Amino acid sequence: MDRETLHRFLHDMLLARAFEERAAQEYSEGNIAGFLHLYPGEEAVAVGVIHATEPGDYIATTYREHVHALVRGIPPRQVMAELFGRRDGVCKGMGGSMHLFDRERRFMGGYAIVGETFPVATGIAYSIALRQLPEAVICFFGDGAVNQGTFHEALNMASLWKLPVLFVCENNHYQIGTEIHRHSAVVNVYKRACAYNIPAEKVNGMDVINVYEATRHALTQIRAGNGPQLLEFETYRFRGHSMADAGSYRPRVEVNSQTGRDPVETVIHEAKLGYPTQAEIAAAGPDLVEQLVGHSAAVGHFDDRHIEAVRDEVKRIVDDAAQFALSSPPPTMDDAWSSLYCNRQHETLTGAA
Amino acid sequence: MTETLQCWQALNRALDIEMSSDESVFTLGEDVGLYGGTYRVTEGLNAKYGEWRVRDTPISEGGFTGLGVGAALTGMRPVVEIMTINFALLALDAIINMAAKIPFMSGGQFPMPLVIRMPGGVARQLAAQHSQRLEHTLMNVPGLRIAVPATPQDAYWQLRQAIASDEPVILLEHELLYFEPGEVDLAAEPPPMHQAAIRRTGTDLTLVSYSRMANLAAQAADLLAKDNIRAEVIDLRSLSPIDWDTCAASLHKTHRLLVAEEDCRFAGAGAEIIATLNERCFYDLDAAPARVAGLDMPTPFNAELEAASIPGVSDIVKAARRLVGREKPL
Repeated sequence: MDRETLHRFLHDMLLARAFEERAAQEYSEGNIAGFLHLYPGEEAVAVGVIHATEPGDYIATTYREHVHALVRGIPPRQVMAELFGRRDGVCKGMGGSMHLFDRERRFMGGYAIVGETFPVATGIAYSIALRQLPEAVICFFGDGAVNQGTFHEALNMASLWKLPVLFVCENNHYQIGTEIHRHSAVVNVYKRACAYNIPAEKVNGMDVINVYEATRHALTQIRAGNGPQLLEFETYRFRGHSMADAGSYRPRVEVNSQTGRDPVETVIHEAKLGYPTQAEIAAAGPDLVEQLVGHSAAVGHFDDRHIEAVRDEVKRIVDDAAQFALSSPPPTMDDAWSSLYCNRQHETLTGAA
Repeated sequence: MTETLQCWQALNRALDIEMSSDESVFTLGEDVGLYGGTYRVTEGLNAKYGEWRVRDTPISEGGFTGLGVGAALTGMRPVVEIMTINFALLALDAIINMAAKIPFMSGGQFPMPLVIRMPGGVARQLAAQHSQRLEHTLMNVPGLRIAVPATPQDAYWQLRQAIASDEPVILLEHELLYFEPGEVDLAAEPPPMHQAAIRRTGTDLTLVSYSRMANLAAQAADLLAKDNIRAEVIDLRSLSPIDWDTCAASLHKTHRLLVAEEDCRFAGAGAEIIATLNERCFYDLDAAPARVAGLDMPTPFNAELEAASIPGVSDIVKAARRLVGREKPL
């Protein structure tokens, strides 16, 4: 893992955590309304997967997708303004938290009906295959989505026609409040893929480097024309399903055991791994310090100061995004009408206005 | 120059022309490929364009309609055939939650150049699950357009226009019309996709209809004319949007409105047509508007009962006579 990549992981993981915690705060203060599904605990999945993609690839996601949007490069200002329902949001305030779209970045939407990403991603992949392009589609879904018919229909078609789609399960073990062993006859999601002859594996979704490597490997296979793959990332959401859910159905001991595996802390630990303490550096003498810093940089290690600097940076970004969202004007009804391709209000045939 | 084509041939020509001129057009559905389509609409296209552009799908209506949505998001122009409208009930999430809403929810970033063709209506003893009209369900969804061709010419024009459209268009094709012949001018400039057609002019009442029932309305008008009742027949051609201006102009002249629809009466398309025209033309009307519509029951299998469950020409004639005071009110 080179330093630059690790830096980007670190930055995005910390940004993701800070952004979502800020969103929760803004929700409590009444600046964000409606459904708000937050991602803390699952950051390693979106960060690792999306960093393994190319700009030409497409992303289809669920309603828990703020972080995916940020990692894909949608400016935090535009994401936060959309959460606020403002005009400068990435969808002009027409989509909201659950429906982020960015055509330019091939961010093909957050879908709020469980299981919709399967056919959408399959359709995108179909058009890639038809045009024989080197692109691929990432199809995110939760463990609860595997019981929808669209999961089976889409996996069958994707495999049948060898479509370039990577099915990515964010298995946080709960469909809202129902734990996986109570909603699925098969608790290992990846095992379902074999019914459609799709290669699949289960990966530790709490470790961003694992996620990244597994995704890179799968995408290499997909780009070689071998058809779809499925990756099941085991992860855990630290919060309830949405802001309306305190998550009280989960035993405290389970939550505590999982928060001990915080993926953000893990990436920080990995970033610092092998970096000597200040005392060790001091004991080694000045020349050796330079040597060690050089070596650490070469293998991608950082010190506490660097990590604190990243924390400060993401805090500034999130503060700025919230300020921007708060000062963005609300959209007008004209904005709504102009978002509608099928524009009844301006339909010349109706004559009604 | 015109030629005589059956409806399925007109649709086949439209699809062929669009596929040959635009590589982003492709079609998919159950048995559209090697089999050529259950109503022959895609006949010969698989051989001409290959399996990637004329794709036989598994029986997965929700999946492959959603696939059409995804492909449309990338700029392709998919034409999804749902073998019959009855199976579209399995695809309503893709149609209503996705196709109709993505352009809007994305703040207008994504057009949705998707066409969904669905044969429907009451055919010949196909029983309740295969004899439905679902226009009322789809009309209530903002973000969809619905074309309802009654003639081979309109089928040809409207399919081509639907494919060229950047909005999701549902083409409701009537199963009894596929093998009806009609004159088609392949080169003529079409009217706008949603403009109503006045099939026959008249001054005594306005008879508003669509799809197969528009043809029955025209036959009814012929019979009424023998009785010196001059009905103006409007074929809406589109149920979303509806060309209210053409209807209103006609009512300004005739002062009487009769709607003929095959759909069930309760909360059907006719309810919307009459409500809006009442609001808009109340002071033009000399009589309460009337509807001839299907009975509010699932379609019976028995042939006589099936026929009695939807309007026929004589029902339209009778209702028209009542409306102009030639027959006692019900």
